[in-house]
Amino acid sequence: MPLLEIRGLTKVFGSLRACDGIDLTIAPGEIHALLGENGAGKSTLVKMLFGVLEPTAGTIDWKGQPVRIGSPREARATGIGMVFQHFSLFEALTVAENIALALDGNVAIDRIAEEARRLSDQYGLPLDPHAHVADLSVGERQRIEIVRTLLQNPELIILDEPTSVLTPQEADKLFETLEKLRGEGRSVLYISHRLEEVQRICDRATVLRHGKVTGACNPRAETPSSLARMMVGSEVASVSYGGAQAPGEVLVEVRKLNAPARTPFAVALRDIDLTVRAGEVIAIAGVAGNGQSELFDVLSGEVPVSDAESVRIAGVAAGSKGITARRLMGCSFVPEERHGHAAVPDMNLSGNLVLSRYASDRKTFLSGGWLDLINMGPVAAATKRISAAMDVRKSQEDPPAGSLSGGNLQKFIVGRELDRQPRVMVVNQPTWGVDAGAASRIRQALVDLAKSGSAVIVISQDLDEVFEISSRICVINEGRLSAPEPVASMTRERIGLLMGGFHDGTARGSAMPEASHAH
Amino acid sequence: MDIAQNILLTIMTAATPLLIAAIGELVVERSGVLNLGVEGMMVIGAVCGFAATALTGSPWVGMLAAIAAGAFFSLLFGVLTLSLAANQVATGLSLTLLGLGLSGMIGESFVGTAGVKLGSIHIPVLTEIPLVGRLVFGQDPIFYISLMLTGGVAWFLFRTRAGLTLRAIGDNHASAHALGINVLKVRYLAVMFGGACAGLAGAHLSLVYTPQWVENMTAGRGWIALALVVFASWRPWRVLGGAYLFGAVSIGQLHAQALGFGIPSQFLSALPYVATIVVLVIISRDRRLTLMNTPASLGQAFVPDR
Repeated sequence: MPLLEIRGLTKVFGSLRACDGIDLTIAPGEIHALLGENGAGKSTLVKMLFGVLEPTAGTIDWKGQPVRIGSPREARATGIGMVFQHFSLFEALTVAENIALALDGNVAIDRIAEEARRLSDQYGLPLDPHAHVADLSVGERQRIEIVRTLLQNPELIILDEPTSVLTPQEADKLFETLEKLRGEGRSVLYISHRLEEVQRICDRATVLRHGKVTGACNPRAETPSSLARMMVGSEVASVSYGGAQAPGEVLVEVRKLNAPARTPFAVALRDIDLTVRAGEVIAIAGVAGNGQSELFDVLSGEVPVSDAESVRIAGVAAGSKGITARRLMGCSFVPEERHGHAAVPDMNLSGNLVLSRYASDRKTFLSGGWLDLINMGPVAAATKRISAAMDVRKSQEDPPAGSLSGGNLQKFIVGRELDRQPRVMVVNQPTWGVDAGAASRIRQALVDLAKSGSAVIVISQDLDEVFEISSRICVINEGRLSAPEPVASMTRERIGLLMGGFHDGTARGSAMPEASHAH
Repeated sequence: MDIAQNILLTIMTAATPLLIAAIGELVVERSGVLNLGVEGMMVIGAVCGFAATALTGSPWVGMLAAIAAGAFFSLLFGVLTLSLAANQVATGLSLTLLGLGLSGMIGESFVGTAGVKLGSIHIPVLTEIPLVGRLVFGQDPIFYISLMLTGGVAWFLFRTRAGLTLRAIGDNHASAHALGINVLKVRYLAVMFGGACAGLAGAHLSLVYTPQWVENMTAGRGWIALALVVFASWRPWRVLGGAYLFGAVSIGQLHAQALGFGIPSQFLSALPYVATIVVLVIISRDRRLTLMNTPASLGQAFVPDR
């Protein structure tokens, strides 16, 4: 008898059928993959299984009996546990308090701390119950989620994109834990869009596209490209930086850049050195929360530093300059958060265009002297040009930014910055949460910009992307940046080590004393 | 020597309504709701407490009426901001304006009526101990309630599971919802607790501090209570310290004005505000600790997506 069997599960939001008649069965003791692109309906499906969302139609059977899961509490009582993609943790509380909140009944906090420590040791997930979540790394936070789930002794554990925030080594540890759980006869529903992982650990896979099941298979019997076809529905154009180019003049020079952490939840930048030349794409890899956004803020001038010399743009000291001054020097920036940072969701596209380029394109977009009147004609023309160049799909001529899908809005934002042919472009997580088609378009545009003689810095967590588009790669870890290495000589294993903080410096440091002993 | 005891008594009496209103608001804000209507709820409590006392002759009935009126009045805020997800700042401000107007209307016929004081307790022998007897054993009942409230709230927030749930909602309401916690229910309870406390604080004014009804008799104390919560970084014992400090400087500057040191009276009148803010800012200079205690979802409406 299957542990869980769902038939015809449907969820409708307004006119969107996020899940459309989904069938899925999970056997006891199997790791079942749920594959699909962003927006395929994976998260909606598991939210229904966990009682966070109410299905519009369809049935759920648990061990052969029909069940109605009305709330996460009922899901837990049934025997379903869930580890969320965006952690549902409370930063200001301790590990033990976070765990206590997920448990029913009145258990003393001290006893939970003990129990949490015991379970975390048993599954090889070390945790300090009295640490505050705000002080923990992303990997450690995920451990809390997993231990919190295990404390309820579930028969089915749902993991939503668990490795998207982990280093390769941390991911390996997670897989060991999952094998252990399977060994105990528990089932795992493993949500991912990473084919290689799914082939490695999953027994069966169900593939979703646009809210519908497009395939059910044994992932080990498939090839990555056959799985990708089920996910995407067509072949995805691949991007490549292409042959090595002779690097040009130095456009960005960062020397001994230091910036203290501005909040307890932020990371301090320490002694960052980086040189980027014309014609290069430098990728900065790293696990989320290691100083990426802080570095972006300092490079873009959102947070200027006191030492102007620490950031030089085209030879001019710019460390203490603000974002508009740097834009006037020929730089463009795309921050990570699309809504509210890169774009104002309630304003239409043309308004968003003027907001980021009013200073650099003053002659074209504004007139009337000090009145700064907006020239509607040229602004509308530029909006149209950008949308055409980046294939932005929209329902009206000039819709509000917030009404576009994530991928289309990101294409517009990147296009808006590329449109001015910047000499230096800094992008943070260019394709986060963007579908494969839009992602490949954005990556190609960044590569083309570098080929035309600009310097491009891409901060990204996506290792595939990092290898695909960059000419050199460095890794950020706890606010320190490793020395850039050419993409040809870089390996995933090495990036994984650098992400975990094993720098050449430490290796050299341990090798050197031996040499000095010899004297 | 009795002068010292008398001065300390007036300080505590001046601080008690601030402390009660601030402790109530602290619980509300810890749950992530910002209710700027403290002043309005307080004045409603003051007038209802006075009216009920005048009608029944019992200040105890008046006190209970004030608590009920404050809680009921806050329920209006709750329905608007929680169920209907209205803007909390605007709704709180309207609540204060409504409370001031409504209390003037309710209290019109009671202006000039002699009030009944909620008497101080008297325990033979103990109250008569020199120097400290009246401070410890001879104050009004609401004073003792304010201390129990402070200790009780501190214990509730940091030692009980329900308190943990409340703090979790204030930190991240979306996560709390995902865990299956009923965010709106807890917030309703917190808002009503805050309203009840504000009502009690108002009753202290019209039944203990100055047993009479005067329009706008709260005179901005609700706003001071709101400020105390923030400057005390949402921690109950610091709120107590801040309220007593404010009371001490207020009373101290009155004595200074009476003695006439040649310092402009406007400056002295401003002193309690300045001193309280400076001291609380200095003790909150550990930014890490302050941020850890700040409810991260404060003031944000929560709409469950079902």
